[in-house]
Amino acid sequence: MARTGAIARRQKLLTIRFGGARWVSPLVLLLLWEAGSHSGLIPARTLAAPSAVLATMWGMIASGELGHNVLVSLGRAGLGLAIGTLIGGALAILAGLSKRGEVAIDSPVQMLRTLPTLALTPLFIVWFGIGETPKIVLIAVATTFPVYLNLYNGIRSVDSRLIEAARAFGLSRAAIIRHVVLPGALPALLVGLRYALSISVLILVVAEQINASSGLGYLINNARDFMRTDIIVVCLMVYAALGLGADAAVRLIERRSLAWRPTILEA
Amino acid sequence: MTAPIPFPTRPQPIVSLRNFTRRFGTNTVIDGLDLEIAEGEFVALLGRSGSGKTTLLRTLAGLDGPSGGEVRVPESRAVVFQDARLLPWKPVWQNVMLGLGRRDARARAEVALAEVGLDHRADAWPLTLSGGEAQRAALARALVREPKILLLDEPFAALDALTRIQMHDLVLGLWRRHTPAVLLITHDIDEAIALADRVLVLDGGRIVAEERIVQDRPRNPDAVLRRRLLTCLGVVSPEPQQNWAEAAE
Repeated sequence: MARTGAIARRQKLLTIRFGGARWVSPLVLLLLWEAGSHSGLIPARTLAAPSAVLATMWGMIASGELGHNVLVSLGRAGLGLAIGTLIGGALAILAGLSKRGEVAIDSPVQMLRTLPTLALTPLFIVWFGIGETPKIVLIAVATTFPVYLNLYNGIRSVDSRLIEAARAFGLSRAAIIRHVVLPGALPALLVGLRYALSISVLILVVAEQINASSGLGYLINNARDFMRTDIIVVCLMVYAALGLGADAAVRLIERRSLAWRPTILEA
Repeated sequence: MTAPIPFPTRPQPIVSLRNFTRRFGTNTVIDGLDLEIAEGEFVALLGRSGSGKTTLLRTLAGLDGPSGGEVRVPESRAVVFQDARLLPWKPVWQNVMLGLGRRDARARAEVALAEVGLDHRADAWPLTLSGGEAQRAALARALVREPKILLLDEPFAALDALTRIQMHDLVLGLWRRHTPAVLLITHDIDEAIALADRVLVLDGGRIVAEERIVQDRPRNPDAVLRRRLLTCLGVVSPEPQQNWAEAAE
């Protein structure tokens, strides 16, 4: 016992030491970047200094400019994601639960998903103009597929023995779907949702290049015209934070709704 | 503690199969089977794998229909499968009450779980249960429905020998208290002899042997009956050692 305790303590020390070391090289890089900017090695029009970026970010937060535009972008991504998830989820349920649904839905969806969504941008601009609609439609279309594919797969791989047991206990078809099929497919749906979240941020970046008058894309485009690399870097940081935040959100949902899974129970 | 043996005045059969036949394509799995189970009777069905046991159980459980013949099974039935088949995303007590939308569900589940000695795990996730605990929960889920016929599909086959003995006593106790008819499907001859009023042997889709056991429980091992059943199952066993010794005396 004492021995395993000592080993555990040593391992903890090791992780602390090397865990700390992981932060050293990024910090050094940041310092080098700062030094390069100050010495004139990196001109501000190529890349602003970290300190300048921080100062700009602070200013943009204080003026409310950053907050407003982030909210606009979040609204677009959120609305597109919500529509895409609803459509993808509904299609997956229809295709997953019935043979007829599978025949009608699965093959066209499998064909369409091979299209790179961004290639549809010109078509959407022709159809929907250059307002908010094509941006949201692009995000909705792109997020439909990961939700559909994962949920469909999840429904199809629900343990048939559990469905049989539920049937033996006299559960109706609706009750089986509610108590057995959908909870069984939930882990797969959450995987799809995680993909969809990161895709929504990715598409957001491109969609906002379409004649936006607000949002992160608008900020970046404007900054490009004035060669404000500090603002561009601030926006890049926000995009990264959005991606991280989205991932954390899904992981939180997973921890709450999949508490029954032994891997999570042990952790 | 005499088991309620429905003999010699046999009550109305609660399950009756007449000339029951089940084919899958050209493969006839069950061929003209006749079976009657009386109210409250404990029947064990022995059979090798591929003898049609599972097909018969699926029909009795209402999961499969006959290709021919007449099948009469009460609507009030419950199954315990070999693998407990609890829904992993519902705590044990919700599994017990699955599909029974009652207002006092929690209390009813706790009573049923207490009967199988599992009330302390009412809130546990099924994947944290041991094999024996999971089967206890499955038994509680079946009994809470107060079935007229309880179908047990090799429910103890995956358990260790000690747990199996405990489960035998538990099942006998529950059977005496709730008096459902029981059909126990098994490939364990000793289990069948220890528990059942009547032992049937299924082979090639037909019942090839039937033994009625009137001895009180708990029962002593009956080597003669055991060997007879083994022979029906196509296992030729040598004469037991003790019989040689007895013969020599």
